[in-house]
Formats: sequence, C-alpha cells, structure tokens
Amino acid sequence: MTEITGTAGVPPASRNASTEVTAKPSNSAFHEVGRDGRDPSEDEREIKELERVWACPPGIYGWFTDTDHKAIALRYVVTAFVFFLFGGIEALLMRIQLARPESHFLSPDLYNQVFTVHGTTMMFLFAVPIMTAVGIYLVPLMVGTRDVAFPRLNNYGYFVYLIGGILLYVSFFLNTGPDAGWFAYVPLSGPGYSPGKRVDIWAQMISFTEISALSGAVVVIGTVFKMRAPGMSLHRLPLFVWAQLVTSFMIIFAMPAVMLASSLLASDRLIDTHFFNPAEGGDAILYQHMFWFFGHPEVYIIFIPALGFVSSIVITFSRRRIFGYTAMVLSLIATAFLGFGLWVHHMFATPLPQLGQSFFTAASMMIAIPSGVQIFCWIATMWGAKLNIKTPLLFVLGFVAIFVLGGLTGVMLASVPLDLQIHDTFFVVAHLHYVLIGGAVFPLFGAFYFWFPKWTGRMLSERLGKWNFWLMFIGFNLVFFPMHQLGLKGMPRRVYTYLPETGWASLNLLASLGALVLGIGVLIFIVNFFWARRFGAVAGPNPWGADTLEWSLTSPPPAYNFQRIPVVEGRNALWDQSTEAPVVVGLSSTKRETLVSSVVDAVPELRYELPGPSIWPLLLALATAETFIVGIFTPWAFLVGAVLTFAVFVGWFFGNPNYENVDAKQPPDETNFASEDLRAEEA
Amino acid sequence: MSNKLHIAVARRFWCCAVRRARFVLFPTLTALLLTGCGGGLQSVLNPSGPQSEHISGLWWFMLITCTIVFVLVMILLFAAVVKGRKGFPDPIAPPEKETRESERRRGVVVAVATAITIAILFVFIVDSFFVGRGMTAELDRKQGINIEVTGHQWWWEVRYQDVDASSIFTTANEIHIPVGVPVTFSLKANDVIHSFWVPNLHGKKDLIPGKISTIWLQADKPGIYRGQCAEYCGHQHAHMALWIFAEPREQFDAWRRAQIQSAASPATASEQRGQQVFLSSACVMCHAINGTPAGSNFGPNLTHLASRKTIAAATLPNDRQHLAQWVDDSQQIKPGNRMPPNKFSPEDMQALLDYLQSLK
Amino acid sequence: MHSKKAKFVSRNGRALLMLIVVVSACKREQRQFDPPPTTTNPAIVQSELQPGGAPQPQTSTKSPVEENANALSDGKRLFSLYNCTGCHANGGGAIGPALMDETWIYGSDPASIHSTIVEGRPNGMPSFRGKISDYQVWELSAYVRSLSGQLRKDVAPGRSDDMNVHRSEQRVERKTPQQSTIPKAAEQP
Repeated sequence: MTEITGTAGVPPASRNASTEVTAKPSNSAFHEVGRDGRDPSEDEREIKELERVWACPPGIYGWFTDTDHKAIALRYVVTAFVFFLFGGIEALLMRIQLARPESHFLSPDLYNQVFTVHGTTMMFLFAVPIMTAVGIYLVPLMVGTRDVAFPRLNNYGYFVYLIGGILLYVSFFLNTGPDAGWFAYVPLSGPGYSPGKRVDIWAQMISFTEISALSGAVVVIGTVFKMRAPGMSLHRLPLFVWAQLVTSFMIIFAMPAVMLASSLLASDRLIDTHFFNPAEGGDAILYQHMFWFFGHPEVYIIFIPALGFVSSIVITFSRRRIFGYTAMVLSLIATAFLGFGLWVHHMFATPLPQLGQSFFTAASMMIAIPSGVQIFCWIATMWGAKLNIKTPLLFVLGFVAIFVLGGLTGVMLASVPLDLQIHDTFFVVAHLHYVLIGGAVFPLFGAFYFWFPKWTGRMLSERLGKWNFWLMFIGFNLVFFPMHQLGLKGMPRRVYTYLPETGWASLNLLASLGALVLGIGVLIFIVNFFWARRFGAVAGPNPWGADTLEWSLTSPPPAYNFQRIPVVEGRNALWDQSTEAPVVVGLSSTKRETLVSSVVDAVPELRYELPGPSIWPLLLALATAETFIVGIFTPWAFLVGAVLTFAVFVGWFFGNPNYENVDAKQPPDETNFASEDLRAEEA
Repeated sequence: MSNKLHIAVARRFWCCAVRRARFVLFPTLTALLLTGCGGGLQSVLNPSGPQSEHISGLWWFMLITCTIVFVLVMILLFAAVVKGRKGFPDPIAPPEKETRESERRRGVVVAVATAITIAILFVFIVDSFFVGRGMTAELDRKQGINIEVTGHQWWWEVRYQDVDASSIFTTANEIHIPVGVPVTFSLKANDVIHSFWVPNLHGKKDLIPGKISTIWLQADKPGIYRGQCAEYCGHQHAHMALWIFAEPREQFDAWRRAQIQSAASPATASEQRGQQVFLSSACVMCHAINGTPAGSNFGPNLTHLASRKTIAAATLPNDRQHLAQWVDDSQQIKPGNRMPPNKFSPEDMQALLDYLQSLK
Repeated sequence: MHSKKAKFVSRNGRALLMLIVVVSACKREQRQFDPPPTTTNPAIVQSELQPGGAPQPQTSTKSPVEENANALSDGKRLFSLYNCTGCHANGGGAIGPALMDETWIYGSDPASIHSTIVEGRPNGMPSFRGKISDYQVWELSAYVRSLSGQLRKDVAPGRSDDMNVHRSEQRVERKTPQQSTIPKAAEQP
C-alpha cells in the first residue's frame, strides 16, 4: 500500500501515511514534468481536472465568490496600496501646510481631518492588511498546500476590510472624516467635543478592519499549524512563516482590546453610556490603556511580518542559510510577548505612579534586545557571503540603517524623564516614521521587488528599482531626520501651523522638500509596476534562486498551487531537496482536496476537502456592514444585523454538505476518484 | 581578515558615498547648523532649571552612546556589503556549505554584540531611573509657591493659590514665577486633555478631566520661556501657548501685589463708555473683570489684561491693533476658537479698546 | 481581467449607495468658524427699558444651524454657560418653564425661540439682545428644540461629560408641540 522512495528528510511518522510519498525527478514546476514511470498524458489529464476543479467562476459573480487565496491576497495588496497612496497624498498635503509658518493652505478643521485620516489609513487600512495580505499569498505556498485553511473566511475578511476602507474615504470626501487623531483620545473624541458622526465612523471603521485582521489571523494560524507539507516540522518552518504565525497570534490578542475601546467609545457617543465620563464614575485614562494595549503591539504586528520579508531576502541574496535560526525564531516570539508589556510608555505624561512607569521603561528597553539579535544575525548571515546586490537587498540594507536609528530613538523614548520632554513632539513623529517606514515599508518594497515575479510572472525593472530605492531613502531621511530636531526645539505634533518666531520654519521647509523626493520615489515604483506588467522580463519559476517552496511553481502559480504536494527535506526546502524530490500522491484531483498534517511534525493526518467559491462571505460582509454603518444612526441596526447575520450563517453552514474528510490512512474512494489509475498503476 | 582592513574598506566606501551624497547632505547640514544654535525660548536643548538640566544630561549621554552604537552597526553592515558585493555565484548552483569554524566565529560576535546591547540598555535603565527619582524627589515646597493651571480649549487659566483667600487671583496664559524658587503646579482640565509643557524648564504633564496632576519646576535664571500645549486638543491646539516669566523675587512680588488688586476704574469718559460697552455686550457673558459686575469665568480673566504681553493664548502681541482685530473677528486669527465675532460701531470699539488698555 | 472590472464596478456601485446614504452629512458636519455677521449693527442697549415699546426688527427668521451638529453641540455648551440652567434647570424647568416637554407658550419654531431669547418674555425671561451674538442665539434655540426631540437624531447632541440628569438629546423621543395659553400673569403689562 505505502510506497516511499527517496525519503531522506521525512520524519518516520509520515511513513505510515497511506498518502504516498514518491520520487519525482525535477524540483521545478512540478506539474510540467511527468511523474516517474507515468505517462505524461496522465499528468496532463490530471492537471486539466485540477484546473477545472479549482477554477474561479466566471464574471463578476466569480470575483465576489472566489476563494483562491492568491486572488484574494492580490486584491488585498492592490487595495491596501491604493490606500497607501491616499495616505501619502494626505501626508503631502500636511507637508505643504507646514512648509511655512502661519500657512492658510488647509483650515485647521481640514488639517485635523487630514492627519487623522492619514494616521488611520496608514495603520489600519495599509500597514496591517498589506502585511497579512502578503502572508495570505505566500504562506500556503511556502508550507506547501493548495489553499488556506478557511478560504471563505478569508474572502469575508477581504470584503469587510474593503467596506471599512470605503466607509472611511466616502465619509472623508463628504466632510465627515474623523478629526480626533488616529488614537482618538476621549474626551476630545467623546460626545461632548466631537459632535456629528465623524468619530462614530472612525470607531466603526476600526471594527471593520479589526474583524478583517482577525479573520486573516485565524486563516494564517490554521494554515500554518495544520496544512504543512509532510516533513516541514516546526523547526523547518521558513522564518517568513514564523513571522506570519507570530503576528497572527499578536493580532488575536491585541485586536479585541481596540475593538473594545472603539465600541465603548461608540456606545458612549450613541447610547449615553459613561465608560469614559469622569463625572459619572468613568475614566478618560481607561481609554488610553485599552487603546495602547492594542496600539503598541500594533506596531509589532506591522513590523514582525516585515522581519519575515527581510529574512527571506537576506537568505536569497546572500545565498546562504540564515545564521542563528533558533535565535531568530525565539527573538520573534520574545518580541511578541514583550510587545504586550510596554503600552504605558505612550502614557508617561499622565499621572501614573513612578514605580509602575519604571517597569514599563525596563520592558520597553528590553524589546530592543530581540530586535538587536535579529539585526546581528542578518549581518552575520551576510558576513563573508557573496551578495547579489539587487533592489530587494538594497531595500533591506536601507531598512537596517533606518530601523537601527529608529530603534535607538525608541530606546530614548522608553526612558521616563527623557520621554517627558520629547513625548508628543515631532521627535516622536520622526521616531515612529523611522520604525514604521524604515521597519515595515522599506522591507515591503523589497518584498514587492522580490515576489513581483512570482505574483505576475514578470520582473520589475532593476534600473527603475535602484532609482526608486535611492529616492525613497534620501527623501525619507530628508523628511524625517530634521523632525528629531524640530521636536527638541519644542514643536508639538499635530499642530496645523506654527508662529514664525518659533524658528521652526527652515527645518519644516526642508522636511517638506524631502516629502516631495519621497513622493517621487513612490511614483517611480508605480511607473515600474505598469512598465513591468507590460514589458518586464519573463521571470520563470525561480529567477532569484531562492529556497522556499513557492519558487518551485510556475509564476504566477496555478490556482491549485501544487499538483503534487512536495515532501520537505530541510529548512531551506528547495536547496535541501534530494535528487529524488519526493512528493505526495493520492490526493483527489476531482475535489478541492488538500492534506491536513499534525501541528509539530507535519505528519499527514487527513485528506481534507476545502470549500469552494461561495456568495455567502459577501452576504455576511454586507450584513456586518449593515450592522456597523446603520448602527451609527440607530441602535435598531444591531437587531436587524443580528437577524441578517443569523440568516446568512444558516445559509453558509447548510449550503455545502459536501465535506468528506477522509483519514489519510484510508485509500481514496475509488468511485469518487477520477485518477484511480494511480491506484491501478501501483497494483 | 583583520578588523583594520574592514574599517579601511568601509572608510573608502564611505568616502564615495559622501562624495555622491554631498549635494544632498550639504543643505541639510547647513539648515541644521543655522537653526540649531539660535532661538531657544522653547527648546529642550537649552535647559534653564534643575529638572531640564537633569533630562538634558540624560539626553546627551543617550545621544552619544546611541550614536556610537549606530555608527558601529553601520560599519559592520557596510563592511559586510563591501566584502560580499563581488562575485555572486550562479543562482542555480547549490549554496556553499558552512564550515563549523565560520559558524562559531560569527556566533561569538553575535553573542558579544548582544551582550553589549544588554549592558548598554541596563545602564540606560538605571540612569533614567535615578534621573527620574531626582526629578520627582520631595523638595521643600513650603518655601515655594503653588499655582493651579486649568486647561481650556484653547487657553490656560492660571490661579495663584494662597493661604490668605484675599491674595488668590486668577490670570491667563502668562505665568510669572520667582527665580530660584520651586513652583508647584496643580494641573486640571475642564473639557479635554491638554498637556502642560515648558521645555526649557521641565518635561510635560497631561491635564486630564477628572484628575489632578502635579508637576514642579524651577527657573535658575531670569528669562522668558515659552510653553505650548502638547496633547492634541482640537482646532486650535496649534495656538495654545503660554509664557513663563522668571523674575527676581522683588519684581515677582511687585507683580503679584498688582495682580491682587481689582481692576482700575475707568478714568476718562471714553474709558467709561468702554466699560459700559463691555458690560452691556457679549463680552460680559464670558469674561470677568474683578471690581465690576462682569464675573463669568468661561473666557480668560481680563482684570489686568493690559499688563500682559500677549493675547489669544500667547499668539498675538498685546497692542491696540491686534486687540481690535481680535475683538472684531477672532475667527480670522484662530478659526474655531470659542469667541464669537463682535461687530461694534467704530466709536464703541475705540471706547472699548481704551477701556481694555486701561486695565493695567 | 474580469476581476478588475468587477472591482471597479463594485466600488463605484457601493460608493454611489453610500453617497445616497450619507449625502445629508455635509451640512451636519460643517464646522462654521466664521458665522455670518448680523445684518444690523445692534446698538449697545444700556437699559432694559425700551422707549416706545417698539421691538427692533428681527435680523432673520430662518435658523442657519438646525441641521448642524457642531452648532447644536455649541448650543448645548452655551445653554449652561450662559446660565439658562439657572431658571430652566437642565430642561426640566424650575423658576422658568420646562423646555423638554411638549408645551410651548411662545411658539416652538426656531424663529419664535430666537425672538424669545432676544426680546425676552413677560414673567421673568430677560432679553439677551446684544449680549449674545445672533449666531449663538440660533445655536441656543436649536438646542432648546432638540431638548424635546424636535430635531433629527443624527444632529442632536450626545451626552455631556457631566452628571447626566436626563437622556441625551439624540435619544429623546419627539414630543408634538402643543400651544399652551399664556399664563394670566403674563398678560399684565
């Protein structure tokens, strides 16, 4: 029954699986080459079957119902990038306003909306979703499975996110953009000082994006834990996947805090509760605690996936195994734990006891240790290696330079006395952009250059890429480096203008010019994108000689990802592959079937049929939207929303009784298995 | 390969980079130098009191240490890049095998670097803890004075406390303090959160509705220090400034005695008409002038308006022209502030200005 | 490629829908910083006694602020600031009549309330002519109307950050205004 050949790296447990592991001669483009001893036409037939089974329904209906993680992830990426551009335009507007003192370019009301929407967009609509999106695209490919764990939930997450983003921007263009800052402190954001619906829209938009992030996190965790290819035990997980896994856990623990904060805020505003009203026994600081209990981990939620990008790029472009894999993984986990223990450093200026503050100082400084370890490990990996200095690596080098500086100012901000001076000044603005743009956007652009060939089949231009990098790098430092000094010279953040006699004008002008350079840098990326879509060099499966499984597939990968799920024989899957290159056979090609494996050792456990395209996720997203958006205007929306949601759930769960999850040890059902000739062949 | 060589290589690379980047760096540096030295009325780097001295010491210590760390990391990075930038192997070829020796050497370096990081952080923690202790340490407050500051959207109400109730008085936006005397501020807010910050003297402290926070500071030399609200508080957050006037004790006492007095009664006919205008128009609904029926505390107390250097929360100089502009249509100057436009006839306006300017 | 088109269509479609839903937002959210100046220049009134008893002409009769949440919120603040609470309490009435019930003595339309504030009324309501700027009077009268639920709920203010003695104005059920007779005492000169 079980036939295993060439299983050098397979843990013994997986030998018991009836899903066979068999050899295949080539490591590239599995489905282009016939399996050993089989007629290539059989392979072709099977591929046709797979293509039919995994196809997305045609037309607009297909767009709404598709469950292919790659399609959804690319939508996420494009949508988030569009929001990034919106946020960037808002940043430019702010820089124009601040370029000279007492400018009347924006009214204070508009400026407040612009900076609030900028912050909200960049944090909630760009940074978190795009990091998750890259994960949703790559995690199933890297762990070697055919789709994510909950494909429909994934689709639902996207639509909820899209509706939330549209809600914010439609409101913004209708002069209902939130104006209380991206952390919307009460009482300023409360009913008394933010009349109208502006802050309600902010609060509900938060709920949308949080639900979406939570869906994404559950999807990623499920995929990583239960759907890895045989042989990819946890200690062989690529660092990228580790980073996504850790981030997803952080999302699950952090996001509920902000949903609570924003929901309590909305109920204070809409139904007269008194959570944050000190006169009735509420507390304004409670809001800050809840917000920052989310808000600080949020920074790491954005930053840790970027560490994954960096590791992938460093490994590939120095063509070397990562130095200190265990230390890297432990650092990621340590960052995640510590990230929850330092939210109070955003509140050092509030009347909190000093001893308590000292605890948070220590925690905030400690988090520099795992970050430092990772930086050192990357440098150690590159040390003595021959480097392939291409645009992705340039972005990573830029990341290290900027992020180290941002990390060091972060250490300064962790010190209570120093923080009292530079808190809420432009120093903080500089710091947070150094860690977020340096720590997340630069690796992200590196990731774009790195994985663009995989996503589209074409290469981005190296030449434009170098221009893109240098303009962004120089522009970035021109904008944000002077801000350190502005902060020390007393300029508070979130001021819509300043008096000429403060002496902040020249540095502000410099920063505004830098913003222009940075903007041109991003523009070049867009040009490069459109150029490459049409004229870019055709990439082939693995243009960089990288090590993870997604590079064994065609670019872009087929809808079903792997015709045969590979067996992983080492930490760097493609580099460590033996010449036999064993794969798993026996998965149905007439159903959306994939392999479920054990959490730690990735021993095959089940053949599992994944749900296919469905309209229910969209309907559920619409029901959610009804609840939150109409809920701003009348509490009855929640009743209606509950009924609608229930109805949709009924439809969703009763709609598809087609699950037949079969123990991997049992032979596939012959009658239901078109490629039964596989069996026959073995007999 | 020896360390010396690394550094030499790094330096060569650095020179090239500098040459290339000079056209960018030069204006940056010029701008930094030009603005770095002057001014300093509202600057962390120009400490004028014990607290800000402490913090400033901590700042320079951290800045220098962090700069060294940054430079070292950058040298390592550049060296790695410069060493490895030539001769990348064919991507299809399998990666080289690691030697155990190279693993071990790099392991030692990473471990040492991590240990140094931990040591530096430990020093930072200890230092900042003791600086913090030094700043909040009990001081002899009996000799000091107590000032209650209430943040409003978008101005500061300043109330000088005293055991003698008749010596309590209220002013706005300009705080006079004696030099060399610790001043304790009780900070309150009635609407939203503000933050009290005079960088030359101390760090900031939030004013939070429903709570009272305290902060003490001291000015070591006479001078004028500018402060500004540091927590976003709505439309005019940008124009919510204050001045601190640190004066020798005698000067301060004289000022204080003058402030305790009720307002000067109008002397000329024009001033009398001005007072009538004040008391019978919208002014009286929000502002107080001690010694007159005007007693509303929603806007700044105007009893000694003419003794202040600025109006509109340290936004405009306190002269007749700006005062007239402000009274007539403050929304042009600080859009969104709480004062409505007042359309007076020219005679009424002149009389009102005469009266306001007589409130020494 | 169809997916791109679909995305475009869905975006536009939904945006249009949202547009219809929230198009009323524009007026509601306006932050009016520079209120239109009063058309007439109200002379400074130094005495409450008016020779000839002829009231001055009203500046306008249409409220500019009824649909503006910011103005209503200001009105709410001014209501306690200008000590309306001194007589009317928080709308429940004390020395002065209740403002949150359905009974109106001098009319429930904005213009009547405006005129009540500016002119004063017999039996104790003082005239605030010249003391409160015209725009603020409109804000106050709009707020007074919201106390009995006469305004749209998405415009009316939420709770304030004080001790709250009644539901916030945005949760008050609308009470149909009923004209009450003028009290006996008010007919006396």
